[in-house]
Amino acid sequence: MLKFTEDHEWLNIEGDTATIGITTHAAEQLGDLVFVELPEVGASFEKGGEAATVESVKAASEVYAPLGGDVVEVNEKIVDDPSLVNSDPMGSGWMFKLKLSDASAADGLLDKDAYDKLIG
Amino acid sequence: MADSTDLKTTPLHAMHSAAGARMVPFAGYDMPVQYAPGVLKEHLHTRAKAGLFDVSHMGQVELRPKDGMVETAARALETLVPVDILGLKPGRQRYALFTNEEGGVMDDLMVANRGDHLFLVVNAACKAADIDHLKRHLGESCDIVVRDDRALLALQGPEAARIMAGLAPETAEMRFMDVRDIEIAGAGCVVSRSGYTGEDGFEISVPGDKAGDLASALLEDGDTEWIGLGARDSLRLEAGLCLYGNDLDAETTPVESNVAWAIQKVRRRGGAREGGFPGAGRILSQLSDGASRRRVGLKPRGRAPVRAGAWLFADEKSSDAIGKVTSGGFGPSVDGPVAMGLVPTEQCGEDTILFAEVRGKRLPVAVCALPFVKQTYKR
Repeated sequence: MLKFTEDHEWLNIEGDTATIGITTHAAEQLGDLVFVELPEVGASFEKGGEAATVESVKAASEVYAPLGGDVVEVNEKIVDDPSLVNSDPMGSGWMFKLKLSDASAADGLLDKDAYDKLIG
Repeated sequence: MADSTDLKTTPLHAMHSAAGARMVPFAGYDMPVQYAPGVLKEHLHTRAKAGLFDVSHMGQVELRPKDGMVETAARALETLVPVDILGLKPGRQRYALFTNEEGGVMDDLMVANRGDHLFLVVNAACKAADIDHLKRHLGESCDIVVRDDRALLALQGPEAARIMAGLAPETAEMRFMDVRDIEIAGAGCVVSRSGYTGEDGFEISVPGDKAGDLASALLEDGDTEWIGLGARDSLRLEAGLCLYGNDLDAETTPVESNVAWAIQKVRRRGGAREGGFPGAGRILSQLSDGASRRRVGLKPRGRAPVRAGAWLFADEKSSDAIGKVTSGGFGPSVDGPVAMGLVPTEQCGEDTILFAEVRGKRLPVAVCALPFVKQTYKR
């Protein structure tokens, strides 16, 4: 199940685990990323917590936890090569996986149509 | 964000939009922050080929002596800047600073001797205050003529000289900080061999209604690309050049900001025209006795950019900051983070390790020499 947030993150939810990244639109807006900071495996976040940071040449931007949960895996490949987030934001440029504390809360997020409408 | 209808535009505004620029409000103007390639690629293109910048938002001001003697304008301007203007030869340009009574900096600027008048280029955000300052203090001896009828383009990078020579062969003879009247693409231009990237290049003052033709002529060369304000900032940071409002401000003296090289001997203690500019007492004593803090280069040890405003600490634990990052970001040519900051003189030795606070973490940064990239000016 693919969901989106108004903060331009995507979540691919399988069971109670969500793979999270930033959307193609967000990657385009940020421009070439030069630095990514990911959370520690085991870290817990409330919905809206600052989970990761992505930086372009000119600015730093926060990536928020779209739902509450515990980090079970992070994508170290994008730390070594931040350009992966630009070249494949919805695929190999994923950022971290959360074990959701309440998977049903995903119903409140945007679906693809609603997100596409948001970015117009 | 300001309503875009309140913003001023440069004569090249339509060209930027057509070139795919992302426009942002900057100093009251709607300006291109980047084009389709983005800041990183624009930066690298400028260092590899040639970048074209629209800097028409900057203030272009003529100081015309009422008695017709350029020395009169030079002597007058010396009352506002700690710089040797009388010694500036016709056809030459020099970096200068407007100082305030406390010895801080009101703005930094370029001053050219144009034979019968002085030509000043000042920062966009400061230009109204600068013009007011000039009129108030120099209005008796000089006419202050604001040339808002002119645009300003910069062509920067290793291919700039070849491209300019193709349009105006006489530019080949110019060296760094030379200024000349040159007709290019049918327009009467004032060309200086200078810039704000650390690269060889030119700044071209051109009548606003001819700016589009000039830009088109420069862009005809396959090596020329438009470059936005985003890359302009990362280029100048790598080159160790100051940004007014960050690395220079009203509370920080030229000695503290490490631009004392702009103050020639003749204006220092014991010089023939010692002092005589605002804040001279404080600035001259700092030049003789040293200042308690200084702007230095900072090289973060890790990959994380350390940006302007980050506090600097002597170690990982202490609660009192000792200094502050004044400019910082990612240097595409350095391929890593670069920064500059104001630190106590006792901690400004090269390789001193300080700690910058970024998102609650103390990141090690090493004090280092500036610039971060080799300047390639044609001396």
